Amino acid sequence: MQSIGDCICFTLFLLITPKEEPKLYDVLIIGCGIVGAAAAWELSRYRLRTIVLEEKNDVAAGTTKANSAILHAGYDPPPGTLMARLNVEGSRMAEALCAALDVPYRKTGSLVLAFSREERALLEELLRRGERNCVPGLELLDREALSRREPGVSPQALCALYAPTAAIVSPWEYALALAETAVRNGTELRLNSGVTALEPLPQGGWRVTAGSAAYESRFVLNAAGVQGERIHGLAAPASFHIRPSRGQYYLLDKSQGNQVSHVVFQCPGPKGKGVLVAPTVHGNLLVGPNAEEISDGEDTAVTAAGLEQVAAMAARSVPGISLRECIRSFAGVRAQAERFDGVDDFIIQEAAPGFFDLAGIKSPGLTAAPAAARYAAGLLREAGLSLEEKPDFISSRRRIRFKDLSMEERNALIRQDPSYGRVICRCETVTEGEILAALRGPIPPCSIDGVKRRCGAGLGRCQGGFCGPRVLELLARERGIPPEQVLQEQEGSVVLAGGRI
Amino acid sequence: MIYDLIVVGGGPAGLAAALSAWEAGLRRILILERDRELGGILNQCIHNGFGLHYFQEELTGPEYAGRFVRLLRETDIQVLSDAMVLNIGDGDVLRVQTVDPIMGCRELSTRTVILAMGCRERTRGAIGTPGNRPAGILTAGAAQRYLNIEGCLVGRRAVILGSGDIGLIMARRMTLEGAKVLACLEVMPYSGGLTRNLVQCLEDFGIPLYLSHTVTEIQGRNRLERVLAARVDENRRPVPGTEIAFDCDTLLLSVGLIPENELTRQAGIEIDRRTGGPVVWENMETSKRGVFACGNVVHVHDLVDFVTMESRRAGAAAARYVLEGPAAGEEGALELSNGEGVSYTVPQRIHKVNGNARQNEKAEIFFRVNRVCGKSQILVEDGEGNRLAAFRRERMAPGEMERMTLPAALLERAAGGRLTVSVREEKGADVQ
Repeated sequence: MQSIGDCICFTLFLLITPKEEPKLYDVLIIGCGIVGAAAAWELSRYRLRTIVLEEKNDVAAGTTKANSAILHAGYDPPPGTLMARLNVEGSRMAEALCAALDVPYRKTGSLVLAFSREERALLEELLRRGERNCVPGLELLDREALSRREPGVSPQALCALYAPTAAIVSPWEYALALAETAVRNGTELRLNSGVTALEPLPQGGWRVTAGSAAYESRFVLNAAGVQGERIHGLAAPASFHIRPSRGQYYLLDKSQGNQVSHVVFQCPGPKGKGVLVAPTVHGNLLVGPNAEEISDGEDTAVTAAGLEQVAAMAARSVPGISLRECIRSFAGVRAQAERFDGVDDFIIQEAAPGFFDLAGIKSPGLTAAPAAARYAAGLLREAGLSLEEKPDFISSRRRIRFKDLSMEERNALIRQDPSYGRVICRCETVTEGEILAALRGPIPPCSIDGVKRRCGAGLGRCQGGFCGPRVLELLARERGIPPEQVLQEQEGSVVLAGGRI
Repeated sequence: MIYDLIVVGGGPAGLAAALSAWEAGLRRILILERDRELGGILNQCIHNGFGLHYFQEELTGPEYAGRFVRLLRETDIQVLSDAMVLNIGDGDVLRVQTVDPIMGCRELSTRTVILAMGCRERTRGAIGTPGNRPAGILTAGAAQRYLNIEGCLVGRRAVILGSGDIGLIMARRMTLEGAKVLACLEVMPYSGGLTRNLVQCLEDFGIPLYLSHTVTEIQGRNRLERVLAARVDENRRPVPGTEIAFDCDTLLLSVGLIPENELTRQAGIEIDRRTGGPVVWENMETSKRGVFACGNVVHVHDLVDFVTMESRRAGAAAARYVLEGPAAGEEGALELSNGEGVSYTVPQRIHKVNGNARQNEKAEIFFRVNRVCGKSQILVEDGEGNRLAAFRRERMAPGEMERMTLPAALLERAAGGRLTVSVREEKGADVQ
């Protein structure tokens, strides 16, 4: 009898606390920048168990938050490359996608300036390339047509290549909107989950270790950006290096936002598309980047020399800009890849059975991301993943932007929730209601910068000088933590390091 | 309902302006304050030194504000806090669009508006300091708010960049709370703060002031770990080989204040590039009829006492505007310009004296010099080069505002539609 009793107890024990058997996911995505977020969004339309692991404490916290914020038209990448195809496709997808997901987007068109006869020849080359890449509406503008279209450009510019489909976007909101939509459609997201090991499972699929947690998944997507080479190395033999390339920028006050109405490029060189001058969707002016190879992919410091270089090059395109109106200088790191096969292209491939790279997604990566995600989903399907559409897929997202509402809409909102009547960020007119909505959103932020990326508080000319303490207070209250634990950005970035007095 | 006066901002400028308009006979007055309480920046300025000129007493910031708030309670001036003004428009009267949690978004009609939004601090972006962007780099005013309002210290080992008054005050304040302030760095060869603050906040606590020095690099990925500083040459470029490293977790910026004039600009009001504030007449009226401005929104003051005096003038002028009609004398007005050694003057325009004599018994002129001057003369000349007045000063510095009063008789004599204020240093003057 006793043995039967023991047996029952043992069975019950098994039923109550089953052995820690990791749940099997269909797809595990490593990294939640624009590429990982787009992949998560794309896959969330299908009946799949998908999980995203992000090393940092927020999505869009790497390259995605610090770049030129441009959706390129697609005349630059060499014809026939994946880069060219996904750029043009991504550019075509972006307008409707941004409208559906409520992402700030403006089709400004772009101009590439030529200052010499050699550069004019280069423009003609770009035009031919663009036509082969199927970029619509490209046009060479002579001096006169150029100054009519963009009076702010230097009179030294001889002519320009005009690309009407180029656009500006809020890059972090693009990634956030994609990631949030994926989460609302059932995708799991784990922040602070840097992947340390990948092990193939005997039955196929992978065991992925991130800190003390482990996950099992049939397929793994490497969308780790600057970490792409390291993650690839955990699963497959080396086939490329990531050579992080840092670009420095000036962000100028809205007083400079009307200096140009197009994205203004100079002729691209071997190191990238050169210094651009562009309006931002928030109404500021963005000037940069330079390009410097760096050894540490996390090194986003700005340097006096780098900024001087940017200033000098920008003045060549648009002499009227006043860098005294700078409200922030910053740097971002591009995941520039050096492939062993010598090809200059994105790396989207099955590197090991069930392990796919989405690596080396440098510029025009922001533009290409949704197309790259779709392409990757196709590769997964070919590898045996069945993609069955969800009938109840949530395809749209809305967020309240008090600043853009009519007086009637504002009052209806304030009657419902008075916190929308309290302006916290005065530079950008962001209300307490919007900050609370961000804090209660599908991916709640855990830092002051995370709040900024979600609702724009602190994005303006005082750079959070006035609203910082109020945002910090709301963050502490909503997360139930003491103020001295509130972070500015990543782990370890506490604002009130001196503690309470 | 049409207000007589809407005051935008309930800090020291707005409070003084509203009270003086009330004393002058206006009754329908509304103050719109964006924060939760009246008092503005004074609420976080818990140190003393306020009121020496105006009250002949030494008060703290909250005490100084409190005096006005108490006086306000004895009037029927309305106050709406948590209210943000979104824009100021025209019509047969002025229209002020405002939003607050209780009344929502509304457009209020008023005969006059006084702009009293104050100023904001320059940030790291404006000075382009190289290096990382970790937590622990704050404007001195933000750190002051965290400390004096929220009761939290932003760090334990600090360097102050800029010797503006808020930075100096915070050097002392953080030291008193147990933090170590390693240094105060000033890029100019002279301090931007008041002499009394240099003595009472740095010297008395043994905090070194490095003149002609700036931060050349910020290190630390998540939280600030170290700043590198260097001496700068006469072009404010760092001199190689003069680097000093400071291991610290906090860098406070006190690198200047900017009048906050987004609302002013949007209302189409003329802005003076020298002050960053609206161009004003001697009665503090802006280029837009019925809109007046006072306090730090016009130009950054050194002492709140002068803000009060200037704002009382604005309030009285708004009252006259409503009760007696707009000021006359725009024709034949005097334009003020800064000559040698002067960086700006406020007001920038003075109505013609005979046009409306009661407004122009005298004109109070504020100005700042653009370098440290020893024994000097302040010269006032008219548009034809006639010297109208000369005043002696023992010493002047950009950190301290200068003030002079020009009597009506003198203004009447001015020819050529212009007054120029300049500074001439006496030979052999000692610039210390």
